[in-house]
Amino acid sequence: MKHEIVIAGFGGQGVLSMGMTLAYAGMLENKEVSWMPSYGPEMRGGTANCTVIISDQPVSSPILNSFDIAVVLNQPSFDKFQPMVKPHGYLLYEQDQIFNADCRQDIHAIGISATKEAHALNNKRAMNMIMLGALLGTNAIVDIPSVINALKKVLPERHHHLLPLNKQALKKGQGIIHQVAEV
Amino acid sequence: MPEKQLMKGNEALAEAAIRAGLKGYFGYPITPQSELLEYLSRHLIDRGGEFIQAESEVAAINMVYGAAGCGKRVMTSTSSPGYSLMQEAISYIACGELPCLLVNVVRGGPGLGTIQPSQGDYFQAVKGGGHGDYRLIVLAPNSVQEMADFVFKGFDLADQYRNPVLILADGALGQMMEPVTFPDYNPEDNLVDHSDWATQGKPASRGPNVITTLHLEADKMEAVNLKLQEKYRTIMANEVMIESIQTEDADLVLVAYGLTSRIAHKAVELARNDGLKVGLLRPKTLFPFPSQHLAVLADQVTSMMVVEMSAGQMVEDVRLAVNGKVPVYFQGRMGGVIPQPDELLKRIHQVYSSSSTQVNS
Repeated sequence: MKHEIVIAGFGGQGVLSMGMTLAYAGMLENKEVSWMPSYGPEMRGGTANCTVIISDQPVSSPILNSFDIAVVLNQPSFDKFQPMVKPHGYLLYEQDQIFNADCRQDIHAIGISATKEAHALNNKRAMNMIMLGALLGTNAIVDIPSVINALKKVLPERHHHLLPLNKQALKKGQGIIHQVAEV
Repeated sequence: MPEKQLMKGNEALAEAAIRAGLKGYFGYPITPQSELLEYLSRHLIDRGGEFIQAESEVAAINMVYGAAGCGKRVMTSTSSPGYSLMQEAISYIACGELPCLLVNVVRGGPGLGTIQPSQGDYFQAVKGGGHGDYRLIVLAPNSVQEMADFVFKGFDLADQYRNPVLILADGALGQMMEPVTFPDYNPEDNLVDHSDWATQGKPASRGPNVITTLHLEADKMEAVNLKLQEKYRTIMANEVMIESIQTEDADLVLVAYGLTSRIAHKAVELARNDGLKVGLLRPKTLFPFPSQHLAVLADQVTSMMVVEMSAGQMVEDVRLAVNGKVPVYFQGRMGGVIPQPDELLKRIHQVYSSSSTQVNS
């Protein structure tokens, strides 16, 4: 099984750390992983993105131009990556950031109010973990406990008191997708 | 089993250098290599080495020249424009036969260029770069794991041959994260005794060790050159490293190193899904170059295609090795643009269907 994922948005939305957490969780489950960030002028005030691959087999190219899942957190990323989602793939978007969500019909496009949900959790920075939870709701790429263990490695110790909040956010995102599936 | 860690290529290389017994690092920050210097600035001094941020790349490489003359494991790292600044001293280090590790995390040029990845420094890496007839041993990692592994290999080769070793990476390999495990490596078991030539303090029992690259009499300078060339021939005979992927039954073989070999590998997978017999040969060493492997392969395949992030540099060495036996096509992007798997696949389909027409582009 192989999952080819792109996560994109503005710098500061937690795009790169979301991808890193996912890759780390994959590694903790003994999968082959790669994390390729954009590191150019785009991350210095513009859009940032990272490609994450999680696979049972060794990863060939860490650079891709088609994806099973795209998580997009702003309009430019929505516009850029929508055409690169494979047919029947997933496009998860933060719906308060996307004003034009016109979309192809051959992919699953799901809008998530992650920013509002993060405010409900009293921490707007939990937005990226809600989106990650939603991603894991569409595809059980890794288990939530692995993500929590990954966060223990990725987050500096002084932020470890935020782990329960992150867990809540992940569950919240996952739950949103499961509700969509039931409707 | 050693623990897996998720690290950037630059960080993995730096950690490996400390584990390989690095005694001195001299460098100057430049994107996309800076994490390497930053990592060593945080950790090297506490773990038994000296770290100096020099005032320029010129200063850094001359510090390497001096410290390497002491026979200790020393290194520098930089990116393309910085590497250009170092060329004079690298020529001196090669002539003085001083073991050391150089790292170029290549970015797009020419000029100040871009911070995006490139392979445009191939000629500079393998054909000299500085003045005179000298060679570096050039290692080309294509994963974060190899960014670490080639450090141990590089220091060992440098010591064995008394020759500077260059790790030629690129910005993407420096910035990307993959799992890495560090081998069980004890530097003490691998260090070579350099006391017969290194300037480590003169005991009463022998005369002074002198390191010089100035030999004004032509016959003496030629003798130095002949010795160097003899060493390079030994390196060519013994140290070529390659990876072959599905070349056994291939009609078309891609040739790529570093990051592009990963993308080419993906293109091979896609082409195989389309029923095309395509393989990949990846040089892990760029000097010594796997000319023999390519010559043998040329008797088996219908055509080859070189993929680079350059205007076409390694392709010249592939064509020399193949010597006209089969057409050698080229697909490249420049200036920091990374070729995408689907553009390679498209070109593979074109080449595959026209390889009987002997078009050489």
